[in-house]
Amino acid sequence: MKLDVNAVRNDFPILQQKIYGKPLIYLDNAATTQKPNAVMQAIVRYYETLNSNVHRGNHLLSIQATDAMERARNRIASFIHAPHPEEIIFTRGTTESINLVAQGFASSLLQPGDEVIISALEHHSNLVPWQQACLRTGAQLKIIPLDESGQIRLGDFRNLLSEKTRIVAIAHVSNVLGTILPVQDIIDLAHRRGIPVLIDGAQAVQHLPIDVSQLGCDFYAFSGHKIYGPTGIGILYGKGSWLEKIPPFQFGGEMIEIVSFEKTTFNEIPFKFEAGTPNVEGIIGLAAALDYLCQIGLESIFKYETELFEYALHKLSRLDDVRIIGRAKDRCSVISFLLDHIHPYDTGTLLDQMGIAVRSGNHCAQPLIDLLNLPGTVRVSLSFYNTREEIDILITALQKVKDIFQ
Amino acid sequence: MQSIQEKADQIVKELNQFDDWLDKYQYLIEKGKELYAAGSEIKNDTNLISGCQSKVWLVSEYRDGRLYFKGESDALITRGLVSMVIQVFSGSTPDEILSFEPKFIEEAGLSQHLSPSRNNGLLSIIKQIKLYAFAWKIKNNYQNK
Repeated sequence: MKLDVNAVRNDFPILQQKIYGKPLIYLDNAATTQKPNAVMQAIVRYYETLNSNVHRGNHLLSIQATDAMERARNRIASFIHAPHPEEIIFTRGTTESINLVAQGFASSLLQPGDEVIISALEHHSNLVPWQQACLRTGAQLKIIPLDESGQIRLGDFRNLLSEKTRIVAIAHVSNVLGTILPVQDIIDLAHRRGIPVLIDGAQAVQHLPIDVSQLGCDFYAFSGHKIYGPTGIGILYGKGSWLEKIPPFQFGGEMIEIVSFEKTTFNEIPFKFEAGTPNVEGIIGLAAALDYLCQIGLESIFKYETELFEYALHKLSRLDDVRIIGRAKDRCSVISFLLDHIHPYDTGTLLDQMGIAVRSGNHCAQPLIDLLNLPGTVRVSLSFYNTREEIDILITALQKVKDIFQ
Repeated sequence: MQSIQEKADQIVKELNQFDDWLDKYQYLIEKGKELYAAGSEIKNDTNLISGCQSKVWLVSEYRDGRLYFKGESDALITRGLVSMVIQVFSGSTPDEILSFEPKFIEEAGLSQHLSPSRNNGLLSIIKQIKLYAFAWKIKNNYQNK
């Protein structure tokens, strides 16, 4: 079914906002996505009808809130095709999901001389946790280099794999270049040597169909707020066998089994990783976001986004003095570029004045920006509520930016 | 010699003559071009105000009880903002700088550049200017003892 973008836009009240008196053109979706009415209504409904502490009371509201939260866990599991709902851990976001695994590995599974493999295009949140885990344990961080298109070569990855490799942690989609990494091949190559793989899906889960069973990855991390859900809720999918091996990350209520003053035994998964009262409104809001996406139709969303991406890429490439950063064959949603002789901050500031929200800077991927020897980039990132008309306005605005600096 | 407040008032007056954002930014870009071309001599890591969006380098010089600043940026709008701030603060005593409340930025309609998300916005430039003033003041007090 064809996506009706006007109908979709009506579901997102914020898109009617004016910025400096101009209609908002929101092209910063890789930073965070806007929220449909369905998500906001689900949160309000939760507080109006269900709010009470989960897994703790034997009164009706608590039982209902617990049911709603566990139904949401099932919903999220089925969205990414996780076979067992207890393999879905609620966190604060992708960053916390990755920290949970990295710190778990650091406390029991990494030894001096061991190796952790990441790629050169990682967001800081899939780099710093591993770097710190390595510093703590004496393990070594190995980096898969990029080719000139902004993609990794599987040969380079294969060369880094060794009997010392303990885990591979890699982005599914680059937040700077939009590159879709060959995660299936990476997982297969690593698994041939019995090495687990964590996928940072923060930029993928909202633009590509995700099937963790088919991928076979050991961990998959993503954030609610980048897939039209609330902020402050994230997901870590982990294979049960790995989640059993990793020690708890935080300690407190709900994650325990038996506590005395001398000793505590821990609850089973997922609860051993969910200390404290969880972000119930976030969890319910995220499930509502996934329901909303499925109701629109994932296939129509992805098809629309692909066409819009091609359109934007084509239009931007045709503009004089534009340099697109990253030319990998497989890309989605994100386009980074520079206008010749114009600093990305200047471009971003002037676009903002024209009501166009983009990101400029190093996008929390400083090593990548340094590697490309750039002052940063201007990043446009698309969602299914963006339109061709908005891209046309962006192109006119960029022309104006060029005129101003000439 | 004009006081800091008088110089700030003048900037506010100049910027508020523009109704259109475009004119305002064009003025800032021109202002950036006026900036003393400090060039590569100050563009080093020691003088860098660290941040995320654009790079700013700032140095201070102390002469006859007053502070003088030189600055640079790799982005033109930031260069204009640096130029504007230097125009206001340069030539004042450390005490004047430390006690001056930079309300002129809001009054000039540039408050969006004060946002903490713009790491290299005016806030960090002014903070650095005040740090220089504080450092010179301490140094003088110590030497005069």
